[in-house]
Amino acid sequence: MQHTIKAVLLGVIVLAAAFATNFARDLSYQVSAIVIILWAGYLFIREIGKIGNAPTPAETGYMDGVVRAGVIATVFWGITGFTVGVWIAFQLAFPVLNLSELTHGYLNFGRLRPLHTSAVIFAFGGNALIATSFYVVQRTSAARLFGGNLAWFVFWGYQLFIVLAALSYVLGASQSREYAEPEWYIDLWLTIVWVAYLMVFAGTIYKRKEPHIYVANWFYLAFIITIAMLHIVNNMAVPVSIFGSKSVSLFSGVQDAMTQWWYGHNAVGFFLTAGFLGMMYYFVPKQANRPVFSYKLSIVHFWALIFLYIWAGPHHLHYTALPDWAQTLGMVMSIILWMPSWGGMINGLMTLSGAWDKLRTDAVLRIMVVSIAFYGMSTFEGPMMAIKAVNSLSHYTDWTIGHVHSGALGWNGMISFGALYFLVPRLWFRKGLYSMKLVNYHFWLATIGIVLYASAMWVSGIMEGLMWREVDAQGFLVNAFSDTVVAKYSLLVIRGVGGLFYLTGALIMAYNLRMTMIGAGDATSKEATTAVPAE
Amino acid sequence: MYTFLRELADSWVMLIMLATFIGIAIFAFRPGTKESYDRLRNLPLQDDDVLVEDKSGEK
Repeated sequence: MQHTIKAVLLGVIVLAAAFATNFARDLSYQVSAIVIILWAGYLFIREIGKIGNAPTPAETGYMDGVVRAGVIATVFWGITGFTVGVWIAFQLAFPVLNLSELTHGYLNFGRLRPLHTSAVIFAFGGNALIATSFYVVQRTSAARLFGGNLAWFVFWGYQLFIVLAALSYVLGASQSREYAEPEWYIDLWLTIVWVAYLMVFAGTIYKRKEPHIYVANWFYLAFIITIAMLHIVNNMAVPVSIFGSKSVSLFSGVQDAMTQWWYGHNAVGFFLTAGFLGMMYYFVPKQANRPVFSYKLSIVHFWALIFLYIWAGPHHLHYTALPDWAQTLGMVMSIILWMPSWGGMINGLMTLSGAWDKLRTDAVLRIMVVSIAFYGMSTFEGPMMAIKAVNSLSHYTDWTIGHVHSGALGWNGMISFGALYFLVPRLWFRKGLYSMKLVNYHFWLATIGIVLYASAMWVSGIMEGLMWREVDAQGFLVNAFSDTVVAKYSLLVIRGVGGLFYLTGALIMAYNLRMTMIGAGDATSKEATTAVPAE
Repeated sequence: MYTFLRELADSWVMLIMLATFIGIAIFAFRPGTKESYDRLRNLPLQDDDVLVEDKSGEK
């Protein structure tokens, strides 16, 4: 019966999407509708085949299949996002790489840039968060994931969101809100997926066997709930037509700007910080085999972050039409954020106290510690850049890009790599990773890549800021914008090379994880290969 | 709407939020928590490869 209902529902979706394809007012909408036909059509046929089957007995134990899928998706989207990132970095240095003649502008920087940001934040980071949260909440609650196949719906629904979003950017549909570029129908789909995600996560916590909720779950839960709230408010818009992708925001003017940055900064605060802190609070103690330094500190860290982050958004709008008091509020709140951020960093690093020697031998732990160090560094840099006087120099320059990447590559990327290295041997039942030497190469390539990237952007950003504000004795601006572009050429090349280092490291990781998954280098398979007689 | 929100944010709502936060911080440091915190700290470190469905031993 259940299969019949599902099949009917999917059939209706296919039909509706077919109508939408026919009446579509723009290319992006049409392609999205075709993707939905293919996706729902495949599921429809699969469901038809299941009608009449006896209901399968409920599985027991931890639900790790969806975590395995999430790990693979994280690596895949990570490589994709980094590759696009390296590509657009070189586009800035060598504009000929836009290939405008060849691709008629479809692969211009302007279209690939949201593809890059969404791919790394939402596809790579999002999949890492969903996969690790499903793993962590089961282990710390001693309970199987709530909702059965709902977890699989979350996983595949999220991949569909990513594909639709990526296609829409390249095909020219974007509501041009930073980190929230997808148009209304993709937003609605993500809302459905996200509510299902919340149900799975909160349901698992609800049926936990442990009396208490471990702090990592608090962070994950805050991330899920806050992102739901941010996503819905920021994307309030009226579609021009139900058969077209264009929509008009409910906000206008400075209110719109403030809403966007309330969203934008809290996407950093709750997606890239709270969620990944959940990772830190589970995987660092696991890898170091030591309990978290101070549980009290972790509670205060959590609540301080929750109470403060939400106010910091206005620092993106210094010296704009936003009222002065709101700018000052954003600045002050950002500076106060120093404390919980560093509290969290200290808590993460001090977890290693008494086990620092492990850093010499364990490259995975080294990756995690570097990620925490970058968390500390970028949460120091951020509040500093939020100070109005500093911001007048740094804003709109490459310094901002450097700051974002030291956080994203250093903190989010590295802690995710650490979690992946931790998870793969356990999820695929291997004794250990295929090669620790390759982990070490990855560590050095990634770290050097970030350093090249961030330092090039510091120099470039400060130079840009100084050149833009330079005036001669008569009070005229000395430099044209194009002068700064010429001046920073070499730094853009260094930045691209740094990105290339980081991408190479990630490719090595993908190879290493793949070999671990298929069991290469495991004691058992090694025996099999050495048993072949040498002739 | 704006004036109402401004009024709200400027006065008691801010105080309530501040008080809540300070309350939480004090609550976290209340005495007699050592046992549950120690249990929580060590929660991830337990052997967790297999899910024991029912700890009472029914199944």
